[in-house]
Amino acid sequence: MINRYRRGLFIIAFLAAPVTLYLVYVISPYAQAFYIATTDWRGVTATPNFIGFDNFVRLFSDSIFWKAVTHNGALLLLLPLLTIVIALFFAFLLNVGGGGRGAAGVPGSRFYRVVFFFPQVLAVAVVAVLFQQVFRPDGSGMLNGPLMALGLRPVGFLSDPDVAFWSVLGVMVWQAVGFYVVLFSAGLASIPRDMFEAAQIDGAGRVSLFFRITLPLLWDTVQVAWVYLGILALDVFAIVWVMTDQHGGPDFSTTVMATEIYRNAFTYFRFGYASALGVVMFFFTVGFAVLSLRLSRRERIEY
Amino acid sequence: MSTMTSPAVATSRRAARQERRRRLGPLSALSHAALLLWTVLTVVPILWTFLASVKSEDEIFGDAWSLPATLRWDNFARAWEQAHIGQYMLNSVVVVAFSTFGTMLLGSMAAYVLARYPFRGNRAFYLLFVSGLAFPVYLALTPLFFVVQNMGNVPLVGPFIGLNTHAGLVLVYIAYSMPFTVFFLAAFFRTLPTAVAEAALVDGASHTRVFFQIMLPMARPGIISVTIFNVLGQWNQYQLPLVLLQERDKWVLPQGIADISTAAGYDQDWSALFAALTLAILPMLVIYTVFQRQIQSGLTAGALK
Repeated sequence: MINRYRRGLFIIAFLAAPVTLYLVYVISPYAQAFYIATTDWRGVTATPNFIGFDNFVRLFSDSIFWKAVTHNGALLLLLPLLTIVIALFFAFLLNVGGGGRGAAGVPGSRFYRVVFFFPQVLAVAVVAVLFQQVFRPDGSGMLNGPLMALGLRPVGFLSDPDVAFWSVLGVMVWQAVGFYVVLFSAGLASIPRDMFEAAQIDGAGRVSLFFRITLPLLWDTVQVAWVYLGILALDVFAIVWVMTDQHGGPDFSTTVMATEIYRNAFTYFRFGYASALGVVMFFFTVGFAVLSLRLSRRERIEY
Repeated sequence: MSTMTSPAVATSRRAARQERRRRLGPLSALSHAALLLWTVLTVVPILWTFLASVKSEDEIFGDAWSLPATLRWDNFARAWEQAHIGQYMLNSVVVVAFSTFGTMLLGSMAAYVLARYPFRGNRAFYLLFVSGLAFPVYLALTPLFFVVQNMGNVPLVGPFIGLNTHAGLVLVYIAYSMPFTVFFLAAFFRTLPTAVAEAALVDGASHTRVFFQIMLPMARPGIISVTIFNVLGQWNQYQLPLVLLQERDKWVLPQGIADISTAAGYDQDWSALFAALTLAILPMLVIYTVFQRQIQSGLTAGALK
């Protein structure tokens, strides 16, 4: 009896602080956001009135919102695709595709892994400022300097509305690839060596070694990577907010849902409208998570 | 045996290398070129920033690849003092030290109870924590701002945990780090053997003592991974401090760096900006080089669970 009592007391004592903090700072804001989304709350002092779904109706005719959704959608498609293809290629070279007997990686593979991973430990805000300088539009930019020296016209990496989005995507891929090289390498390390060796003895070249052995056995990890990168694409904020002109410009050509939420809430003080945007973003994220979980149900290969 | 390679060995090595190259053909050269290209893509922007940090203003606005005439180390002094990078870095260190410690303490406590003590509602609490993994933080931003503002009106502790306070930010960091920490550590605690803990309980040790003296030390590898994950995640956080810390002297490092480039106008001190960037990158580079194995496994561990 005493023991049961002590056990109960212990459970309560250990859960009290984390659960309280979590309810106050995480759950309650999320719950409130759904309510605020149905009000016309503006400004810090004004009182919110219930307006039903008006914010959502306005949202659907807001062209900037649609631009943001389109950009998130494009990132959702391209960021995982590019990052996974590049990272798989490098992980394969570093671990299996070295060509030597026994399916070893290329010489120096440890060095490459260390270097490739480094951008991952940098703050996104720092990376954003760094590339803002790299992408400068004149001869003082790291990329445009050599271009102009060669007599070519400088590229408006961040100032040309047709190019800016691709610069954002490029920086995101630049930062993400190393992480997935290491992730895929860890996945490859858990595949028994003799699989590759057996295939090699049977005369498999590097291409079939990749498509017939590596990719199928690594499929689980690739799916995890896809979900992670998809969430990253939906959640992107700091790169766009810090690196691009006018926080998502020029002319909203790089804006995303997160920057529009922040802009509406803390620049225009449209709290109701910003929350409605947040609710839409929430359903996109949950929808993506559910969809990828459903699609990824596939038989595991046991080895 | 001499340290010099004998000619015979050298020839056979060369022969082996040639044989290898012949077998691999151009594909090998191509793959090396690809790896080198990505190395250059990764390293050069960072080195270029380091280079620009010792240039003068005129040199920065001149040719991008020119070398500095003299090394301007005073850029760093200006970044540290006038751009307040020193202050921001100190703020970041203080915030992350407390928030990571708090996250690990509270997160491991919750994870342990949820993993090892079946009780009515256990599953519900676990799902409550883990569901946070799926929510985009941007949905919560506006209400969170007002929650923290209201915390400032709580009697007694209010002034310490409201807006523009480090303790307030620490509490928010802890709360938002709970989902992953609980998710990962609960899975880890479930894999640990139960015999030792049960023996200790029979011997009369309290549940609390069993946790701190037996289970936590046993969970060390998992704890280390999640600690690294949280330190980096909280150190690099930009969105939450942007909303919750609006007074300049309270800012953390990513805010300070982002502000130098965005807010300032034409009187911008560009050489100090590059020095500030270098000051933000260099410590990470050093720490990463020393702990790269732990950092790589710490960050990727979550994805493989």
